[in-house]
Formats: sequence, structure tokens, C-alpha cells
Amino acid sequence: MSSEKFANPVVRWIDHRLPIFSMMEHEKYHYPVPKNLNYFWNFGVLAGLSLVIMIVTGIVLAMSYTAHVDHAFSSVERIMRDVNHGWLIRYIHMNTASFFFIVVYIHIFRGLYYGSYKAPRELLWMLGVVIFLLMMATAFMGYVLPWGQMSFWGATVITNLFSAVPFFGESIVTFLWGGFSVDNPTLNRFFSLHYLMPFLIAGVVVLHIIALHRFGSNNPIGIDAKGPQDTISFHPYYTLKDMVGIAAFLLLLAIAVFFFPNAMGHPDNYIPANAMQTPAHIVPEWYFLPFYAILRAVPDKLGGVLLMFSAILVLFVLPWLDRSPVRSARFRPLFRIFFWLLFIDGIALGYLGAMPAEGIYVVLSRIATAWYFLHFLIILPMLSVFETTKPLPKSISEPVLATAKGAA
Amino acid sequence: MANSKAKSGTAENGVQDPERRDFIVVATYAMGAVGAAAVAWPLIDQMNPAADTLALASTEVDVSKIVEGQAITVTWRGKPVFIRHRTKDEIARANAIDSGELRHPEEDETRVQKPELLVVVGVCTHLGCVPLGQKTGEVKGDYEGWFCPCHGSHYDTSGRIRKGPAPTNLEVPPYTFLSDSVIRIG
Repeated sequence: MSSEKFANPVVRWIDHRLPIFSMMEHEKYHYPVPKNLNYFWNFGVLAGLSLVIMIVTGIVLAMSYTAHVDHAFSSVERIMRDVNHGWLIRYIHMNTASFFFIVVYIHIFRGLYYGSYKAPRELLWMLGVVIFLLMMATAFMGYVLPWGQMSFWGATVITNLFSAVPFFGESIVTFLWGGFSVDNPTLNRFFSLHYLMPFLIAGVVVLHIIALHRFGSNNPIGIDAKGPQDTISFHPYYTLKDMVGIAAFLLLLAIAVFFFPNAMGHPDNYIPANAMQTPAHIVPEWYFLPFYAILRAVPDKLGGVLLMFSAILVLFVLPWLDRSPVRSARFRPLFRIFFWLLFIDGIALGYLGAMPAEGIYVVLSRIATAWYFLHFLIILPMLSVFETTKPLPKSISEPVLATAKGAA
Repeated sequence: MANSKAKSGTAENGVQDPERRDFIVVATYAMGAVGAAAVAWPLIDQMNPAADTLALASTEVDVSKIVEGQAITVTWRGKPVFIRHRTKDEIARANAIDSGELRHPEEDETRVQKPELLVVVGVCTHLGCVPLGQKTGEVKGDYEGWFCPCHGSHYDTSGRIRKGPAPTNLEVPPYTFLSDSVIRIG
């Protein structure tokens, strides 16, 4: 690598010894990106931005937060009332958590629709599922920290999931709690881990990006770039396209923070934790609702827990369940229908998870849960065999040039 | 930045008015910097004292119970404040010196509101230790005031620095007499 290309002598001196500027230059100008990416390809960058916002606001909040059962709730109220701009920082942290999940869910469904999980991007996809799992753990522990009623009972219910483990269940739960109920030791360790895990996520994100840059981004028509005529440089084309997405994202986030800061939370969490009194209707944060619905759909404790975890674990083996060589749903008419059915199924599970676990809701939850697993375990493998796909274009440029000619 | 300017400003890119393009680029970066600063400010300002901390910034003390020769220590803003009911002898000693010879020249009468009652912040002006001399039997230093054990600063009966590394006299906090017996510090 020659460092001659930099005009600034200081940059040249550093780059010769520590080639970070060459690396940046390489990623900016020489990393080829398919030229047909649509706005759904913004969501990776938006997820990265969300992680940065969460870490920055989180570090700042930790300066005023007290991880003790007697002081946690009031320290959060102090942040809201007394700490300079504390209300703003906390509302940004709270709402960005929700936006992070919105962004990641769209990112996941983008991958499902355009077949981004298929060879050679299986590991890229699996690292993404790891990030998703870490995010869920982080979000759960973060929700416990304000030590309101929902914090306390959410912590109690979720940690009790592990009591379903045969033989060792009770010991595992005691181990997680550091005692015989959710109490001060639990709060302390959750705070410690909540602070740690975002940095683990950042580490896996680095691996995710390394894996991404090995073969580059997938694209809406799902065929590989055949050469320079199919790609453009990341900068300035996609940096600017990402900026448009970032502006829209920040605008929506600001609307939520300033006008509807508690819309995605639950009012019961503004009641201090009370170990003697469970709230009448206990629900997790909205982003866990589909999985919560699956948990409640099964009339067996261990079965429910296993099925709930399987709902995420099945994503790990997705690249081997869907064996169709065609990536993009654009050329898979049947897959496209089933994709939207899965999407509706996911929304339905989310809705059912928020409803009380009784009557028709239980029946519907079971149907929706069955469909979820049917989709991944039966329909996708069958489609790989029986579906007749549409002919693929010869290159990324071809359909673009064809439309251009048609228009002329 | 220089790079993108050079790229976008060249005529071979078909840009007709490179100066106009440069202006747009610089204006965009400047706007971005303003935005970044606006976002950074709340994140930095949250480290300044919070409203409840500022609300605790005054302390009321009943000084009528302090007998002559006795000293008490009270807390103000998390720091010790020394209140000493000075004896006639101590007042005389404080006034005996020509203040012009001191490192930090201050007359004793400018440091007190009533000569018998000396109120000073009990934090050494060198590096923030609490000087000795409040309790009976503690070392009071060569000038019968206070002695800082950290680096050996000696203060006199007016809390003025006389010997050692401290640069200034012990600080006199703002205080007012609410009545003959009660003062409010801060």
C-alpha cells in the first residue's frame, strides 16, 4: 500500500505506520456496492446508528443511575426532574430502544424477502441472529433497571422461564437471582450485564460487517454483480443515500421523543416495584410480544419455553431450510405470497401477545404459532423443490437498461 | 473534506461553477457541525450540578451554643466549614501582624462579621485536605490556627496562610446572621 496518495503530510506520516486512512479510503471508494439497492438497504446503517445512540446515552445515564433496590426508582425520577437535560437523555434512550427493534425487524424481513441469508452469506445472517439475541437480552435487562412494577415482574417472569429446565431448573433460577427472589443482587448484576452487552453487540457487529464485505451486499434482484458495470462506490453514492434514511429516522425518533415519549412504554412501570403485588395485566415490551404469544400458546411450561426459544433458533438454520437457488422474492411468486403470510403472522402474534391469555386469543395464538413453524420447517423446504421461479435477468444492469430503452 | 472538495470542484466532472460547489460543501459541513454541537451539549451539561444538588447549597447553623474557645465543624455543599468562637487572645494575635507581610494580605476584620466568630471553609487551599486544629489536642500549627497534615501548611487564628505551600488564606464562605444566634451559610 503506497501512502503517496494523501496530500496532507501528517496523514501521510501516520498512514505509512498505521494504515487507517488507506483502510477508510478503501472502504469508501473501492468497496463495490450493487447499484440497484433500494431504501430497505438503509436499515443496517440505521441499526448501527441506533446502537451508537444507545451506548452514548446509556453511558451518560449510568452517571446518575443507582443500582440499588432502595434508590433505583428514585434515581431514575431524579434523572427525569433534576439532572440537566436528564428527561431528554432518558427519553432518547427509551425510545431509541424501540426504534432499534423496529429497524432490526425491518432489516430481518428485508433479508427474508430478498434471500440475503443464502450462500455465500450464511454466516453473515447467523451473526445477525446472534446480534438479535444479544439485543433481546440487553433490552430485557435494561427494562429491569428503573425498578418499576413492570421491571420487577418482567424480571420475575422471564427469569422463571429457566425454572422449566428439568432437574436443575430451580438451582438455575436461584443462580440467576443470586437469592430466592428477584432482589438487590439481581438488580446489581443486571446493571453490570446491561452495561457490558452493548459492547459485545458492537464486537459482533464488527464481525457482521467483515462478513458482509467479503461478498458485498445482496441486492433487490438477488443476483451477483458481474463486474464494475453493476456496481458503484460506497462513497458518495450510498453514504448520501444513507444520510437520507438517517434524516428520516432521526425525524421520526425526535417526534417520538418530544411528543409521544411514553407511547411505547407501559404506565405501570412508573409505579415503584412491589414484591407483594403483581399488576393485573402484565405484558413485556412490545418488541417481545410475538415471542411472548408463542410462550403462552403452549399449555405446557417446558414446551412453551422451548418453542419460544426455537422460534429464534430456527432462524440460525434458515439458510439450509430454504434451498432454492433463487434469492430474491421478485422471482419467486409462491415464496412471495408465503413471505407476506409470515409477515402478517408475525404482526398477529405481536397483537395476540398483548391480549389477555384467555378465550379466542389462546386459540388464535396457537394457530399463529403453528403457522410460524410450518412456514420455516415445512413450507420453505417444499417451496425449494416445487416452486417454478421466474427467469432471472442476466445482470444487474440488464433490467435497468431494458426499462430505459422502453421509456425511450 | 479536502478530498471531496477537490473531486467535486474540478471542471472535468462537468461542474460549471466550482466555487458555488465548494460553498455548498462547506455550508453542509458547517451545518453538520452546528447540529453535532447542539446534540453534544445536553450530554455534556448533564455532568454539571443537578437541580437537587443546587437546592442543597445553603446550611443554617445555631452558633449560640459554641462557647468561647470552642470550634465546631458543619457541612456545607459537602465540604466542612470551621466555625470558631475565638478568645480575646486569639483575636489579638490575629490583629497583631501587619497584613502587608502575609503571602495573601488580608486584614482580620475583613474576614469576620463579628470579631469573636470566625467562619472559614475547612479545605486547605493547597490541594484540598482538611486541616487539623478543630478538636482539643489536635496539632494547630505554629500560629495556633490550623495545620494541614498533607503538605504542612500552617494557618493562623484568622485562617490566613503563614507557612507552607498553600497559596491563599482559608476561604470565607458567604454567610448572613439570620438572628443573633443563627447564621445561614451560602
